[in-house]
Amino acid sequence: MGSDIGAHDIPGTTIFGAEEARRGYALNKMCYSFNSAQNRAAFQKDEDGYCRKFGLSPDQREAVRQRNVLALIAAGGNIYYLAKLAGIFGLNVQDIGAQQTGMSLEAFQAKLMAARH
Amino acid sequence: MARIVGGISTSHVPLIGKAIVQRQLQSEPYWKPFFDGYRAVHQWLDRVRPDVAVMIYNDHGLNFFLDKMPTFAVGAASEYQNADEGWGLKLFPPFAGDPDLSWHVIESLVADEFDITTCQEMLVDHAFAIPMALMWPDTRPWPVKTVPVCINTVQHPLPSAARCYKLGQAIGRAIESYPKDIKVLVVGTGGMSHQLDGTRAGFINRDFDQLCFEKLMHDPQALTRYSNRELVELAGTQGVEILMWIAARAALSGRVSEIHRNYHIPISNTASGLLLMEPAA
Repeated sequence: MGSDIGAHDIPGTTIFGAEEARRGYALNKMCYSFNSAQNRAAFQKDEDGYCRKFGLSPDQREAVRQRNVLALIAAGGNIYYLAKLAGIFGLNVQDIGAQQTGMSLEAFQAKLMAARH
Repeated sequence: MARIVGGISTSHVPLIGKAIVQRQLQSEPYWKPFFDGYRAVHQWLDRVRPDVAVMIYNDHGLNFFLDKMPTFAVGAASEYQNADEGWGLKLFPPFAGDPDLSWHVIESLVADEFDITTCQEMLVDHAFAIPMALMWPDTRPWPVKTVPVCINTVQHPLPSAARCYKLGQAIGRAIESYPKDIKVLVVGTGGMSHQLDGTRAGFINRDFDQLCFEKLMHDPQALTRYSNRELVELAGTQGVEILMWIAARAALSGRVSEIHRNYHIPISNTASGLLLMEPAA
């Protein structure tokens, strides 16, 4: 059987494994804190201060500032935790799907519909 | 003795929660083909009336974080709370546990060489709560007790399909060796094909989903040959949630009869699926 995880050969896909879990720990920990409404409010009051409190790297802070999901994933973000951050920005999974694929929301939704056939 | 009366596998997309709360949405064209699929499940549940649901699901960062990430975790609480997952959605009422059955399953699994994590406190997220609300939309308190079994799909390495199949078999043996005369439903939640992250976001694979239905019914072991990398490629990064379907199917040892299935694209970014099986007579 052996481990074939860590192979990053599926186009457009990051498999969240050891490397990402280590690189993204602070970022994901911050996103996990957003399960609390109080923490979401604290983040909204001072985004960068909140990021610093969790020890995010400059790259991670910049990706947060830009609301750039692909950059957040490259910085070690896990989509399940990032979804909580995206929620604060008012972005649902279709919005972030559209953002990552460089499509309009309507085009992304049409792509999903097209999978019916 | 306890008896497994059936298995249900169903998608658990968070967006479904919106249409559960705003019930009028369920008759709109977007939702109708999805919700209509559960009528046969309601009729079956009404007839069979299980006492306990063993819920095989994956946590999405409500109860578990990367600080401590169990591969397999089993709840042993008398009650499980749903909680805010970050979006401030309306919460589901608490779910009753069955600590006697939980501890029996835990003892049986560990004796069977599954070194699971035991949780006397456990928050259950949408992957647990939404399937419960789809199966029992009207009855509160919930008409069944529950035993949560959580499989890690957040951080690779995930347990393999072969391992999840064996876990399901071991859960089946645990239930069937429980001395109380109760009816148990085994539920697997998640899937089917979908991918939320990366430039491949929006990936759906209808053909692979259909293959999974066929194999789950007639040759479930065939699915254990896939590595998790292959499952990511074929079903999408979050499509690996088919692991929970594989485990639930394996709990029903031997042949099964298909009572009902439904498949609808898309719900949010996901190909939604539903499968109801009974042990073959």
